[in-house]
Amino acid sequence: MLNTFSKYRLPSLLLASIILLITACGRGESNVVQGNRDGVLHYGNGAEPQGLDPHVVTGVPENHIIRALFEGLAVKNPQTLEPEPGVAQRWEFSDGGRVITFFLNPDAKWSNGEQVTASDYVWSWNRALHPGTGNEYSYMLFPVVNAEAYLKGEITDFSEVGVKAIDDTTLEVTLNAPTPYFVQLMDHYSTFAVHPETLMQFGEMTDRYTPWTRVGNIVSNGAFTLTEWSLNRRIVVEKSEHYWDRDKVSLNSVIFYPTENVVSEERMFRVEQLHYTQVVPLDKIPAYRSMPDTPYVQAPYLGTYYYLINTKRPPVNDARVRKALSMAVDRETLVRTVLQETAVPAYSITPPDTLGYFPPKLFDYDPEQARKLLAEAGYPNGDGWPGLEILYNTQEAHRKIAVAIQQMWKKELNIDVTLSNQEWKVYLDSVTQIDFQIARRGWIGDYVDANNFLDLFITDGGNNNTYYSDPIYDDLILYRAPKAETREARYKLFAEAETRLMEEMPIIPIYTYTSKHLIHPSVEGLYSNLMDSLNLKYVQLVPGRQLPGSTQ
Amino acid sequence: MLRFMLIRILQAIPVIFVVITATFFLVRSAPGGPFDQEKVVIPEVKKALEAQYKLDLPLHEQYFAYLGDLAQGDLGPSFKYPGRSVNEILFSGLPVTAELGFYALLIALCIGVTAGVFASLRPNTAQDYIPMSLAMIGICMPSFLLGPLLVLVFGIYLDWLPITGWGDIPGDKILPSITLGSAYAAYIARLSRAGMLEILSQDYIRTARAKGLPEWQVVTRHALRGGLIPVIAFLGPAFAGLLAGSFVVETIFQIPGLGRFYVQAAFNRDYTMILGTTVFLSTLIVFFNLVSDITAAWLNPRLRAQFKGGS
Repeated sequence: MLNTFSKYRLPSLLLASIILLITACGRGESNVVQGNRDGVLHYGNGAEPQGLDPHVVTGVPENHIIRALFEGLAVKNPQTLEPEPGVAQRWEFSDGGRVITFFLNPDAKWSNGEQVTASDYVWSWNRALHPGTGNEYSYMLFPVVNAEAYLKGEITDFSEVGVKAIDDTTLEVTLNAPTPYFVQLMDHYSTFAVHPETLMQFGEMTDRYTPWTRVGNIVSNGAFTLTEWSLNRRIVVEKSEHYWDRDKVSLNSVIFYPTENVVSEERMFRVEQLHYTQVVPLDKIPAYRSMPDTPYVQAPYLGTYYYLINTKRPPVNDARVRKALSMAVDRETLVRTVLQETAVPAYSITPPDTLGYFPPKLFDYDPEQARKLLAEAGYPNGDGWPGLEILYNTQEAHRKIAVAIQQMWKKELNIDVTLSNQEWKVYLDSVTQIDFQIARRGWIGDYVDANNFLDLFITDGGNNNTYYSDPIYDDLILYRAPKAETREARYKLFAEAETRLMEEMPIIPIYTYTSKHLIHPSVEGLYSNLMDSLNLKYVQLVPGRQLPGSTQ
Repeated sequence: MLRFMLIRILQAIPVIFVVITATFFLVRSAPGGPFDQEKVVIPEVKKALEAQYKLDLPLHEQYFAYLGDLAQGDLGPSFKYPGRSVNEILFSGLPVTAELGFYALLIALCIGVTAGVFASLRPNTAQDYIPMSLAMIGICMPSFLLGPLLVLVFGIYLDWLPITGWGDIPGDKILPSITLGSAYAAYIARLSRAGMLEILSQDYIRTARAKGLPEWQVVTRHALRGGLIPVIAFLGPAFAGLLAGSFVVETIFQIPGLGRFYVQAAFNRDYTMILGTTVFLSTLIVFFNLVSDITAAWLNPRLRAQFKGGS
C-alpha cells in the first residue's frame, strides 16, 4: 500500500493542488474601482487596534476607528480644528468660563435607537475616571473639579466631581479654572460616552476585558456602526441609520486595514487596493513628489522631535554646554538631507501655528556662538571634553539623525559623542529613570494648544525627564496662563515660558513632524490639518478618477 | 513501537515545563513592562492596571497561578489587546499560519525533491551544478528580499497576482506560499540529493539495474524510498519552523497569521502572549519532531527491525 501511494499518488496529488492553486488566480476589479462605485473607502490604518473601548485604549489606529463609531459632545472641524457641534448642539460658558453647559441634541441616538442622554455622560465619565478602570487617558478630564482627586482615590463619591445631568439633554460641567481648550477635549475618545446598559450586560463598569466591543454586542453613537472585525485582517464599519446627521454621511462603508508594513502599504496603494495610506516610506517620497497631480499629501503635524538632556549629569549640567550643542545643530541641512524635506526645523518645543500660537525663535544655527559658549564652559575647541552619549530606541530613522548630529558636533565643536541604542521598552525605562545624558524623544499633542507641550516641563512632571525645574516657569504654566483674560494675553505668557525654557535648554528641539499620506484622487473631503484628524462623515468618493501614471 | 512513542512523549513533558519556566522568568526580568508607554502613565492608573492583571502579586504566586491556569488550558488575557484572550488570538491566527505553512511545504517538497533527485542522477555535471547552485541561492536569499521581488514582478509589473491578503482576493495565497516555501525547497533539494547519492551507490540498486529495470523505475521504485529518509526527518522540524518563522512573510503580505503576534508580543512585553505563543510553538516543535522520528523509523527497515526486536 505504501508503495503505490508514495510512488505515484502523492506526487501527482501535490502537482494537481499546485496547478489548482495557480490557475485559481486572475485579477478582477481593483478595490478602489469597486469601492468608488459602492461607496466603500479602503483605508490603510497602520496597525491592528488594541481594542475599541474608548476608555481603555490609547493610540492612533484606535482613534481612527473609534471616532468613526462614536461621536463626542463636540467634534473638530476638519479644516480649522475649531470645535463644532457633535452630540451637543451648542454649549454655554458661565461663571467666567468655569462652568460649561452642554445642550445635547435630542436626535442624537445610540445605534440601537435609544437617545444619548446627559446621564450617559455622567456614567461614562465616572467609568473614565474610576480608579479601578485604569484609563491611561483619564487625565484628559482633570480640568473638571475633583476629577483628579477621584482618580487618585482621595474622594470616592463621584457626585462630588464637577459633572451633573440637569435633565436628559443638559449636561453641566464645572472646571477648576477656565480651560480654553476644554471643549476641544470633547473630541478625544477618552471623554466619549459609552452605552451603560450594554457594558453592564457583559461585566462590571470598570472591567477592561469584556467582549462588549465585539460585532453584535457594541452599541455606539457615531456616523458608522461596526459590522466586521477580523483580527489582523480588516475592520468594517457601515453607515449608521440612527446617527443624527446621517443625511450628511456620504460613505456607505469604510474598511480599515492593519497595514503594519509601510512598504506593503505603499504597494497596496499602487495596485489600487487602498484609497489612503497611513504613511509613505521615505525612499518613495521623491518619486511621488515628482509626479504631476501627485497623490502624495504632506502637512505639518502637531508633534516635536527633540533630544532630552539630563541637566544633572556633566558635562551637560552646564546650560552653556546645552546651548552650544543646540546651536551647533544645522537643522536646515538635517531636514533637507536625512529627512528628505519631510519635516520642519524646530527651534522650540511647541510647533508653530498651534491654534494661532507662534513660539518665539530664540536662537539659530550659529556655530561661532556655539564654540564661544563651549569655550566659556571650559572646553575650548573641545579640549578636555569628557565625552557624551546619545541614547535612542532602536530604529533606523533615529540612528540616521543621531549620526548626522554626531558629525555636526564633531565638525563644529570638535567634541566626540557616542551613540547608544536600546530596544523600545528598555529605552522607555531609561528615559523614565532619567538614566542617560542625552536621549531622543518625540511628543505628539493630544489637543491643539501650546499648553499640551509646555506643561511637559513643569517641575517633576511625569514627562519632564530632564530634572529641569523653574518655579517661575511652573507659575506661568500652571497659574498665570489659565487665568489669562484673552487669547493674546495667554499666548504672551506662553511665549514668556518658552523663552525661559530655551534659556536653560533642557531639551534640544530638532524638528516638527509632518503627516504624510497617499490619497487616491477619487477621495474628496479628506482635509490636511495639524492633528491629522479625519472626520469620515465628510469624506466622499468620486468614481472615474485615475491614479496618475505609475511611479516605477 | 508503542513503547518508543510513549517514552518520547514522556520525555517531552519536562522539556516543555523547562520552556515555560525559563520563558516566564526571563520575560519578567526584561526591563520595561506591558504598561510602559511613551507618554508616562499616572501611577494610580498603572497600579489599577497591574491589579486588573494580577501583576501586583509576588512573582512566585503569579508563576503558580499561571501554571494552574495553563493546566486548564487557559493562557490568560492579552495585555496588548484588552478584551481578547491569548487563546482566542492563537486560534484565530493558527489556521491561517498552518495553511500557509502547508502550502509552503507542498511547494518546497515538489521543487526540492524534483531538483534533488534530478541532480543526483548525474552528479558533478551541469545537471547537478545548476539545480544545486539555484538551491544555494534559495538558501541564501532571505524571504524579506524574495517576497518583495516576487511582488514587484508578479504583482506590480506583470499585474498577475494580488500582493497582499489571505483568502480575500483569488490567488492571493500564491506569492506568500512560494516565498515561504522557497528556502525550504532549497534545503530539501540538497538533502534529497545527498540521500539519493548515497542510496544510488548501494548494492541493491546495482542488483535492480542488473536485472534490467529501466532507470526511472530504479529511481522511483527502489532508490527514492531510501533516498528521502533525510528529507522526512527534516520535515517535522521544518513544519514547526515554518509556523514559527512565517513572521516575515506574514508582515510583507499582510497575512492575519500567528507569526506577527509572536514577534510583536516580545516588543510589547505582552507577558501572557509571549508565554502562550512560546509554549504553543515549543509543544508543536516537540510534537513534529516526534512525528518525523516515527515516520523515519517506519520508512527505514533497519530501524523498524530494531523496534520489533526491542518490543
